[in-house]
Order: sequence, then C-alpha cells, then structure tokens
Amino acid sequence: MVERRPILGILAHVVLILGVLIVALPVYITFVASTHANEAIIHPPMPLTPGSHMIENYTAVLTGTQEGGGSKAMVGRMMLVSLVTALVIAIGKIAISLLSAFAIVYFRFPFRMFFFWAIFVTLMLPVEVRIAPTYKVVSDLGMLNTYAGLTVPLIASATATFLFRQFFLTVPDELTEASRIDGAGPLRFFWDVLVPLSRTSIAALFVIQFIYGWNQYLWPLLVTTSEDMYPVVIGIKRMISGGDAQTEWGAVMATAMLAMIPPALVVLLMQRWFVKGLVDTEK
Amino acid sequence: MAAEKRVTFRSPWLPWALLAPQLVVIALFFFWPAGQALVQSLQQSDAFGTSVQWVGLENFRNLWNDETYLASFATTAVFSVLVASLGLSLSLLLAVFADRVVKVSGLYRTLLVWPYAVAPAVAGVLWLFMFAPSVGIVSYLLREWGFEWNHLLNGNHAMALIVMAAVWKQIAYNFLFFLAGLQSIPKSLIEAAAIDGATPWRRFWTIQFPLLSPTTFFLLVINVIYVFLDTFAIVDAATSGGPGKETAILVYKLYYDAFKAMDLGASAAQSVVLMFIVVIFTVIQFRFVEKKVNY
Repeated sequence: MVERRPILGILAHVVLILGVLIVALPVYITFVASTHANEAIIHPPMPLTPGSHMIENYTAVLTGTQEGGGSKAMVGRMMLVSLVTALVIAIGKIAISLLSAFAIVYFRFPFRMFFFWAIFVTLMLPVEVRIAPTYKVVSDLGMLNTYAGLTVPLIASATATFLFRQFFLTVPDELTEASRIDGAGPLRFFWDVLVPLSRTSIAALFVIQFIYGWNQYLWPLLVTTSEDMYPVVIGIKRMISGGDAQTEWGAVMATAMLAMIPPALVVLLMQRWFVKGLVDTEK
Repeated sequence: MAAEKRVTFRSPWLPWALLAPQLVVIALFFFWPAGQALVQSLQQSDAFGTSVQWVGLENFRNLWNDETYLASFATTAVFSVLVASLGLSLSLLLAVFADRVVKVSGLYRTLLVWPYAVAPAVAGVLWLFMFAPSVGIVSYLLREWGFEWNHLLNGNHAMALIVMAAVWKQIAYNFLFFLAGLQSIPKSLIEAAAIDGATPWRRFWTIQFPLLSPTTFFLLVINVIYVFLDTFAIVDAATSGGPGKETAILVYKLYYDAFKAMDLGASAAQSVVLMFIVVIFTVIQFRFVEKKVNY
C-alpha cells in the first residue's frame, strides 16, 4: 500500500467479502437444497440452513434410486464416466502434444512447418463450429456411446503443442549434445531429459485440460445416447424434467454438488499450476 | 531465444511416427469435418439424405433472409456485450481492491477463483434453480417485493438469467488476469503520483487503468469468444433457447437446426459463418493482443 487510508482499507475488505459471498451464494443454496427432502424445497421459501436429508439424497442419486419425473441414471456411474473422460482427454492431449512438439523441434524433415501450422490452425476450428460433420465421422466409425467417441475427437491440442514447442526451444542445446555423447538416442533423450524438464508445464496443462474434459457438454450431448455413458454434467440436465414441481430438486442439487467437487478440488489443490496454466495457455 | 535448434536428431521415420497420432486426430476430426461443412454449405439435401444437389450460395442467401437467424445474431451480440461489460467491470472492481489489500490478496484469490472449475452447464442449473419461477428462492423474494419474475415467459428475464450465470462463471478468469496485470504495474509509478498528491481514485484512472488496457483488451476478446462458443451449455441448461427463440444464440441455433430440425444445408452454412467469425477473433487475438500483454 502506498499511503495509509484506513477507510479505503476497510472499504476494500467490505467489497471483497461481499464479492466472495455473492460468488459463493449459488453454491451455498445448492448445498442447502441438496440436504433437504423435496417437499421442503417445492413450497417456497426453501429453508436457508442445511437439513437432515443429506445422506438420503446423496446415496439416492449415487445409486440411481431417487424419485421424480426425470432421468434416474446412476450418478455414481456418471462420475466414473466423467472421471475417465477427463483423465483420458487431459493425459491424451498432453501426450500427443509432447510427441508432436518433440518431432517439430528436434528433427528436420519435409513439410515440418506445414504440419506445425496445420496443428495451429485447429485453434480456429472448435467443435462448436463443425458439430454436424464431426458427429457424422464419429458415428460412421461406430464410436457413438464409447469412451473413444467421447475423448479422441477432443484430444488434439494446438495450445499444448504450441506451449511445449516454445518450452523445448528454450532447452539448452548443450543438454542434447551431452546426452548424445553419453549415447542416448532421441527417445531416450525425450523420456529422460525433456519430459522431466517439462514437469511444471505438464502439471499446469493437466489442471486446465482436466477441467476442460470434465466440463464438456455439447460434445457428450451428441455422442452419448445411452444412460450408462452419460458424463455427470449431461446427467444433471436430464434429471430436470418439464415443470419445476415435478423435478426432484434435492437429487438434482446433490448431483450438481457432486459434479462440482472434483474439478473444484483440482483447482484449489493445484492452484499454483492452475494459475500458471491459465496464463501460459492463453498468451 | 533461437527459433530453430542447432542440434537435432536424425531419423528417416521417427518424426513421422511421433507426429502421427496428432495428425490422424486433426485430419479425421478437424479438417475432414470442416471441409464437409464447406461442401455441404453449397448443397441442399432432403431430410433423409437421399438426394443432394448443388445450390451455390443459396444456403447463405436463405440465412441472410432468415429472420430467426438474424435475430439469433442480435441475441448473441446483446449477450456478449452484457457479459463482457458486466463481467469485466465487476472483476476489475474486485481485482483493484484485492490489489490494495496486499497481505491477504492470495486468500481472496483462492476464494474467488474456484467458479472457473464449475461446468457451464452446472452454472446454468444453479442459477436456474435460484430463479425457477415456482420454487426458486430469488424469484420468491422478488415476488415478495412485488416483482413478478418468470424467465419461461419473459425474454428479458431469460436473457438476464443467462447473463448472470455466464458472468458468474467468468469472473474468476477475468479477476486472475486483472490482478496479475495490476500487480505487474511498477509500484514506483503509483508512489510518485501519491507524493504529487494524486488521490487513489485519480491514480486509478490516470495510471492503473491506462496501463491495464492491454489486459482489458485481451480479456474483452477472450470474453466475446467465450460467449460465442462456451455458453451453449449455460443456455441449454438454463433456458433451452427459450422462451420462443429469445435466448437462442448462434451455436444453439446451429445445434438445433442440425440435430432437431435436421436441416443439413442451413446448419452447414451456419457452421461456415461461425468458422469465419472464429477466424476473425483468433486473428485479432494473435495479431493485436499477443505482443502487447505484459504479465
């Protein structure tokens, strides 16, 4: 702080605390709703303190035994689908981008820069702008309702390839020469030198891509039609049936809490890498 | 930093093998579908795909004459202006104050960044629940105060609902970049102005705000891209494009025409228009933003 202005200091805290509370409010209400029986919620105003139905609601949705008019798929199963999808997308993106960046930086071969730009241009082709034809490809390959269909079309990554390329260019040539003199081939050098050196970039990208994978919506909405392949984010929407009153809100809100916890934990526990990842991937 | 390596490896096949996975994925799931969209945008077929004929630019002409499509453009524009202006001003306000309370700014950062992790669809559901006309707690309070909230009937209410959900979800991101931007402004500038007697208010507008302009511009572009592409899930979860088509943004209409109305030609033409928009944004982002943002 430049000068002493106690009133401004207090004002800063007031504004920030208000901000934190407003940001947290929707989640608090969701949590409270997830601990009440449906009867308590559908007759407004709903209670604003946690109720006694927490365990019932959460076990009901996890095992798919909730009441109400919406979908009754098992949320436990959906969490598993989401977890597998998010991990495959995050690890897949990092793996294929590391390999491509290694090839582009450490080898000389025809059309090298053409391939680099081809990968880079995919930045301008997000799934939203080519949904119908991409769906057609996946369905022709018989990949609907499979983990492959949920993940493979999303694991190309221009940003990750670009990031690893930038990083590899800063790795001193002396390291390459030294490993060569020690008799290491390209793959040995990649695995024993480059990958360990890229650890922080990998961690940062992992956080961002895990959240990206977990939160996918449009793509799973298209390629999954059977309940046992719904990611949890899709499942929530399917649990909300027609009218407000027929929806089993306690169950929906319990599912929403469950859907938020894994990515939120990743962000909070890996906050340092998360911030690095955001800043790196966007510039 | 050299743009090329001096020391490289030699192998006739290894680089191709290393590149293969990424190239297969982008060829199969990016370039081929994008090419298909381009081709289909010039064709018209019946709903069963049995007959296909070339129609030139007719699909685009139809779009241009389609009032719902133009309305969808207007909806998307209003939505992005609202989300970007509200989101940026709120997060700038929070960031400026967090920058002031140096000692605990990290704590506030932790308490403010986690909505980034919430899926847009889940954000849509949370806000939908608070504002659900018959059960929502906020719509109940509004009714008590004499304001009849019903986003199922009133298009403005529906727009307000998705704006709130989209802003809420994006505040974390904007806040992080504004805070980083503010913390990178040299303290000496602010101190010099303070010694000259400038009030915090004046210092903000004459020093911090102008120096933040690269960050602001970068966030503006990112927020507009976010609204165009990533808010589909918020819209689908909270309003399903309704009431009527009042919140049907471009991606929502594209999805609807391709998978509900099964109109391939129209949806392909919309894909091409959207691709064009994304290309423009990406070029702006890299051409004008990349070099000027400092962290």
